[in-house]
Amino acid sequence: MLSYAIRRLFGTLPTLLLIVAIAFFMMRLAPGGPFDKERRVSVAVEQNLIKAYRLDESLPMQFVRYLGNVLQGDFGPSFQYKDFSVTELIWSGFPVSLALGGAAILIATVLGLLLGALAALRQNGPVDYAVMATAMTGIAIPNFVVAPVLTLFFGLMLGWLPVGGWSGIDNAILPVTALCLPQVAVIARLTRGSMIEVLRGNYIRTARAKGLPERLVVARHAMRAALVPVVSYLGPAVAAIITGSIVIEQIFGIPGIGRYFVQGALNRDYTLVMGVTIFYGALIILFNLAVDLIYGLLDPKVRYD
Amino acid sequence: MSIAAPDFRALEPSIKGRSLWSDAWRRLRQNLAATTSLVVLALIALACIVGPWLLPHPFDEVYWDAISAPPDFANGFYFGTDENGRDLLVRTLHGGRVSLSVGLVATLVSLVIGVLWGAVAGFVGGRVDAVMMRFVDILYALPFVFFVILLTVMFGRNILLIYVAIGAISWLDMARIVRGQAIGLRRKEFVVAATASGVSTFDIVRRHILPNTLGPVIVYVTLTVPSVILTESFISFLGLGVQEPSTSWGVLISEGAQVMETAWWALVFPGAFLAVTLFCFNFIGDGLRDALDPRDR
Repeated sequence: MLSYAIRRLFGTLPTLLLIVAIAFFMMRLAPGGPFDKERRVSVAVEQNLIKAYRLDESLPMQFVRYLGNVLQGDFGPSFQYKDFSVTELIWSGFPVSLALGGAAILIATVLGLLLGALAALRQNGPVDYAVMATAMTGIAIPNFVVAPVLTLFFGLMLGWLPVGGWSGIDNAILPVTALCLPQVAVIARLTRGSMIEVLRGNYIRTARAKGLPERLVVARHAMRAALVPVVSYLGPAVAAIITGSIVIEQIFGIPGIGRYFVQGALNRDYTLVMGVTIFYGALIILFNLAVDLIYGLLDPKVRYD
Repeated sequence: MSIAAPDFRALEPSIKGRSLWSDAWRRLRQNLAATTSLVVLALIALACIVGPWLLPHPFDEVYWDAISAPPDFANGFYFGTDENGRDLLVRTLHGGRVSLSVGLVATLVSLVIGVLWGAVAGFVGGRVDAVMMRFVDILYALPFVFFVILLTVMFGRNILLIYVAIGAISWLDMARIVRGQAIGLRRKEFVVAATASGVSTFDIVRRHILPNTLGPVIVYVTLTVPSVILTESFISFLGLGVQEPSTSWGVLISEGAQVMETAWWALVFPGAFLAVTLFCFNFIGDGLRDALDPRDR
């Protein structure tokens, strides 16, 4: 198990390298540089700037230098926010993004599992149809529509919750809700499907036959097997939450990484956008690895060799 | 005078066979959600194509005396106007043209890449397959939306670029599905017979492999279109996609969200169009899967 985990960890290296390479070369091939603004600087100043940021070296040389720096956790200075390094910007936003995304994924998993299991146990009943119809709505309506509507309703018309900012629990309710709804829907659908499949199994019949209360049959025997497809979806779910949080942070004015990414993209802040892309890429890859390892704990058919 | 040859064609209708496709079509028509979705989607598409020509207001005309006007039947602003005094109905339909065409073109791009990639990997097999699918595995882990945003930021917000970029990132699942089908088909007698009689690899893939992967591919296409439309809306919502005066549903929703306190109609109408369209595609996709995929029944 441990050697498998270590081997898998090394297996992610080519992917990480590819992310850095794509981000780097795409940025450098792009027309337009960070210094062509409306207000032009003098030639001498521009030369000095180019030297200071080492843009005069050959492209492969710059790439190797950048890669080396990234490995040491240094994404270079931000072109736009001149007093900060990209690493500082990322770490200043990360706790906020982590709290937002973490809460969303946690709620989405728990709520999705509960609703899905409920729908499966009442298959083709009114509860089932209600849950599945709601899930379809959650999948079809994107969160950048849900978020403003929630704000309009609970923030402005009812006045129960603040419409933006990030200072307390009540600030978090609307963004977390908007962020986790689509994932609740997908997880509920997955759980329902696999639960229906599992409940037909022989060992469930055995468990019932030996007189186990239904509550224990579901919780102890059926749930574990039904979790397998849900766990393998958690990797993509985290990727979706990270992408979604860019929009949610923008809408609610939350000072996380997503806002820096959008600002950086609009300002052509090379290093910042590259830094965020690589950071999120690495995060997604590591999470997928963790999911693969958890998968083995749940599914006895998986063997590490 | 010659004797007319007996006309066997008259007999044909009575022995009409039931192909996979007619079976699937029959099952699809029994699915109420899918048929309703087909009709609604056709109506939305028709309105988006024809509407902008029939309506009295051009999509980029500014009416200075009707800025952020609420929906009003008297002067023809059925959906109201935006904060620049432009008719929202015609802008919603124009945005629909952009969003729907992104959905179709980008899906087409992803279809071509994914089907070719998957068919070649699955049919050729061996080391080629291993390398090609390892490449897909690596790409799977990349946060693609970030790269599309990078592309649009760096190479200008060209609508064509958005089409191709979104298409170029959506082909991975398609490649996997087609590969799985192709592996199964490779050992079938008719493919072996074609190989034995000297048909080239390209022709075998084109004539024998591809037509037989069509069912799952069609299902997946109907599920790719909404996800592509969603991606475009997402990018446009952030202000990184389609540019003024042109618009898309994502742009309209973004503008509407900023003024919703005073002008609810600017958010509600484009949002409803986008949501209903996504609904329809999802229902049609689900319906087609039930109709075409025997395993799911």
